[in-house]
Amino acid sequence: MPTFEPTLLARVGKPDSASLETYLRDGGYEGFKKALAMPPVDVINLVKDSGLRGRGGAGFPTGLKWTFLPKDHAGPIYLAINADESEPATFNNRILMEEDPHQILEGIAISCFAIKSNKAYIYLRYEYGRSYRVLQKAVDECYAKGLFGKNIHGTGFDLDVVLHRGAAAYICGEETGLIESLEGKRAWPRIKPPFPAIEGLFRKPTIVNNIETMACVKQILDRGSAWFKSLGVPPDPNNPRDAGSYGPKLYCISGHVNKPGCVELPMGITTRELIDKHAGGVWKGRKAKAVVPGGISMGFLSAEELDLPLDFNGPGKAGCLGLGTAAITVIDDETSMVDVLFNCARFFAHESCGQCTPCREGTAWMHKILARIRMGEGQLRDLDLLVEVASSMGIIPGTTICGLSDGAAWPIKNAIKKFRGEFEEYIRTGRKTVKPSDALMEVH
Amino acid sequence: MGVLSEELRDQIRAQFPKYPNKRAVVLPALHLVQDAQRSVSIEAVREIAELLELHPSEVHDTMSFYQFFKDEKHKLGKHRVWVCRSISCMLRGGEELLQHMCEKLHVHPGQTSADGKITMEFAECLGACEGAPCILVDDEAHMNITPEKADALLKSL
Ligand SMILES: Cc1cc2nc3c(=O)[nH]c(=O)nc-3n(C[C@H](O)[C@H](O)[C@H](O)COP(=O)(O)O)c2cc1C
Ligand code: SF4
Repeated sequence: MPTFEPTLLARVGKPDSASLETYLRDGGYEGFKKALAMPPVDVINLVKDSGLRGRGGAGFPTGLKWTFLPKDHAGPIYLAINADESEPATFNNRILMEEDPHQILEGIAISCFAIKSNKAYIYLRYEYGRSYRVLQKAVDECYAKGLFGKNIHGTGFDLDVVLHRGAAAYICGEETGLIESLEGKRAWPRIKPPFPAIEGLFRKPTIVNNIETMACVKQILDRGSAWFKSLGVPPDPNNPRDAGSYGPKLYCISGHVNKPGCVELPMGITTRELIDKHAGGVWKGRKAKAVVPGGISMGFLSAEELDLPLDFNGPGKAGCLGLGTAAITVIDDETSMVDVLFNCARFFAHESCGQCTPCREGTAWMHKILARIRMGEGQLRDLDLLVEVASSMGIIPGTTICGLSDGAAWPIKNAIKKFRGEFEEYIRTGRKTVKPSDALMEVH
Repeated sequence: MGVLSEELRDQIRAQFPKYPNKRAVVLPALHLVQDAQRSVSIEAVREIAELLELHPSEVHDTMSFYQFFKDEKHKLGKHRVWVCRSISCMLRGGEELLQHMCEKLHVHPGQTSADGKITMEFAECLGACEGAPCILVDDEAHMNITPEKADALLKSL
């Protein structure tokens, strides 16, 4: 195996990495030029051939998604870039936007050309103020240089890119919630179908893609689809629904490790390698009790499951919802899983948009039960109640509009299954780990 | 002449060409008004609606969904300080940090210090988890915050 070299992060940390000048010096926008000389359908096929799957959480094949757009549509067709990145513990998009914004913008330009869109909106979460300023400057640079605007490089291709700031709500990351929010409404996810590719932003065909997905598109144009496919893992022959996990991936590691950060590795690295080799091991000489493999919606890996590969298929084998955003949070053996699960439940109760009754009531109920357990007032039957509530909500039982409720239910079911002994012990001994800050937050 | 200055109105109008309709300017307009006035009053909602050719209830409906926007009863201080309470920060002391900062300013999350300078809030994930615990001052992230660093930061505002 040749040694792996970072590509998505290759320019991160270099002096002035965010400026157009250094980007051009490093060969930037050559991929865009290459695309402009191709028929758009060839660009789509290149991305299809690479095996790229979206990096936003669901892992849907990018090229395939692009082909869902209606053929020969009179337009406009929109590209909506999902830069909402609100899944707890996820920060890889932020690193890309702050450190190498032109890589993203080039990916956007290429993608727009491929799908015959002349307008891209980047929906950026409000909290990323630095990303906003860096990206806005980069967009302005592109207009000044004729990389965006009318008749780019005399090819007749026009492109406008607009940065749009959100207002601190997790549900804006769900693709149809994002669309509603961008249209100036409350971010209430839409019932699908119609899928955005048919009827999306402003009721026009729309593709929603993640920031890291855009960086991959740029790299595929530069290095080819064979390069992309040479990294990662092929489909599992025993799983007909696995489309393989190709290319480089950004893994964010946080929580109880010595060296938290964002690293780029080929898909298929194991959690153990990631923690020990790339994150300096668990802090304070402790051991990992549990690991969140991809944002809190995905559930937990126990200490025995750390050798599973972190590809699209791996975490599922350990009963997790999936790879999600590949945001790894390490929880040490001195932390109570009750506290961890309470934190997750509180998040979803706060962020449910409230449209669907099972999600609105279910998230609130699970939060209350876990708060009660943490107050030392739990009963053993609360654990079954939690599982029962969690099992009645989500797209998977078909009771809700969007995936937030599955993301809320999954860690509950998963944690109680894997750590039931610890939960029972907590309840039986009347332990209480409630913090003074909880009382404060109730007043809010 | 209403509560929105002509300058603010021009800033809102400058957003129109970016979108195929004016309704899409609701969020940008709310941001501009809240930044300038530290809240969005009912009168401001009416005037935004007039500019965007919407019914005021349509603007209010959107605004009230995002807890981010404050009405005149919950006017923001000069600065807004958010402490992250999400999992990665919680594991490294984020909640204790929130407690510390609230005590320092004698406020509960969501309230503004008596001198009107700082509104303290908790945030769901700030996306700066490699620097947990982290806080956001207005829209700039500060990482690896200890109680001492927090005190110095608050003093500097
Ligand atoms: C509740 C919820 C929150 C989501 N948040 C994000 C997000 O912050 N960023 C993101 O790219 N995708 C997010 N997604 C996934 C998007 O709906 C969508 O699948 C993705 O943006 C598509 O881009 P991709 O194909 O490039 O991955 C979220 C999904 C759900 C259900
Ligand atoms: S599942 Fe939850 S977050 Fe999604 S639309 Fe329904 S209520 Fe809203």
